[in-house]
Amino acid sequence: MSKRVVITGLGVISPIGNDIESFKLSMQKGISGIKYIKELADYNFASQIGGVPDINNSEYEKIFEKFELKDADLTVKYSVLAALQAWNDAKLELPDKFAENINENYGAVIGSCAGGAELYARKLYPLVNSKNIRKLGSQIIENLMHSGTTAVLSNIFALANQTISNSSACATGAESIIMASEKIKQSKASLFIAGSADPYSPYMWAGFDSMRLLARKFNDKPTQASRPLSASADGFVASAGAGMLIVEELNHALNRNAKIYAEIVGYEYNSGGQRNGGSMTASNPKRVIDCIKSALNNANISGKDIDLICGHLTGTKFDFQEVENWKTALNLNEKLPYINSLKSLLGHTIGAAGAIETIAAILQLQNNFIHPSINCEDLNENIKTIWNKNKIPQKLIKDINLNYIAKASFGFGDVNSCIILKKFN
Amino acid sequence: MENIKTDLINILKKYTLDKNVWNDFNDNSSIISDLKINSARIVDIVIDLEEKYDIEITDEELEKLTCFKDIVKLIDSKIN
Repeated sequence: MSKRVVITGLGVISPIGNDIESFKLSMQKGISGIKYIKELADYNFASQIGGVPDINNSEYEKIFEKFELKDADLTVKYSVLAALQAWNDAKLELPDKFAENINENYGAVIGSCAGGAELYARKLYPLVNSKNIRKLGSQIIENLMHSGTTAVLSNIFALANQTISNSSACATGAESIIMASEKIKQSKASLFIAGSADPYSPYMWAGFDSMRLLARKFNDKPTQASRPLSASADGFVASAGAGMLIVEELNHALNRNAKIYAEIVGYEYNSGGQRNGGSMTASNPKRVIDCIKSALNNANISGKDIDLICGHLTGTKFDFQEVENWKTALNLNEKLPYINSLKSLLGHTIGAAGAIETIAAILQLQNNFIHPSINCEDLNENIKTIWNKNKIPQKLIKDINLNYIAKASFGFGDVNSCIILKKFN
Repeated sequence: MENIKTDLINILKKYTLDKNVWNDFNDNSSIISDLKINSARIVDIVIDLEEKYDIEITDEELEKLTCFKDIVKLIDSKIN
């Protein structure tokens, strides 16, 4: 019989909170983490807003010094801060760096979309172009390589099971959680750190700005800029952060009396083949629907069991198509579940989105609330015709019993991931 | 010479993860086996020294640097 998978630790670095409690409070209050960013204006971005976690404090500096991360890229820094939170939250012991013990049943799947893009731009290229290779130093590779974050976490936590990095654009974070769950279901590990991070990165965000995918009409009203599901949505708002989860085999968690946040009862990932409506930037609807249906089958439930959809919903023209796909996949005409978008609060954290948004879904499931999906008071007309507007919460819904939440992420390259979370009992 | 020692200790402290190693420190302490500095970090120490003293340390000189006093002697010879 395959193993059951539960979540026992959470950690987050985000524009709306650098710990789980403040993140949850921001969600409940519907606080936007989007701000005007002068550096983007200086670079001549059309979109001069974004979500950037504030990690400038002496406590974090001590952590970076302790783990030799002072020169590391933000992807690594955000990840380490969030992973330490998750590890502590799960009441796991921090291994002694100089002891010989290793955790053979513990692994990590940590993803990113941009990875070390900023370090390439701000350090590697300038030093190589100016023929100063000698000054690159000994840590440049570990900070630039795509598996750099995983390598650092393996060092900190003495992880000796599979330690791997994944990347699937905006589906990266959800994919990392699914990959970890698969390993545990197959009895190949007892515990994984899973999650993803993306840095504040003008060099990465520039590409999205050039594609005219970023919101550019709200530079003077940053908190209103991220508008998933809204008729006046004008593109997504780039954002940064990390989400890390401790994904654990149920009996392993029970044996050590771990706090259990939620159970992962179903999941699926696939691709759309970039055909039949799918492309580099758009999803093939049939494969999105297949992905959600397969996750529901995997969980042994049907569409009517879902209480809340934590959508991908970015604030682009694709929101309507996504909502339509959910409706078809859930096979419901009435009694639609609630649907909301965390991106309305903190923007689109790109590769980190799937992990941060799964954390948000888990917090809603565990604490019986649904956060407001802000900035959609002018609901998209097409969405209005297919979804009950009362099921798109503009205000916090408290004391609501949630048993199943569906979380999905979709990304460039026509990739899809869907996770079904169940309240643990 | 004492100034060089002080500067060098300050640089090395950036790379010693186990601060207890300084309890038994002396001029003959080995950078890698006694101070337990990751061998990959030697190039960072060289970069720090080159910038601090505006000197250049060759690969041949680098290979001969094993203990604290070797580095002090090398720097002293280059700046005096």
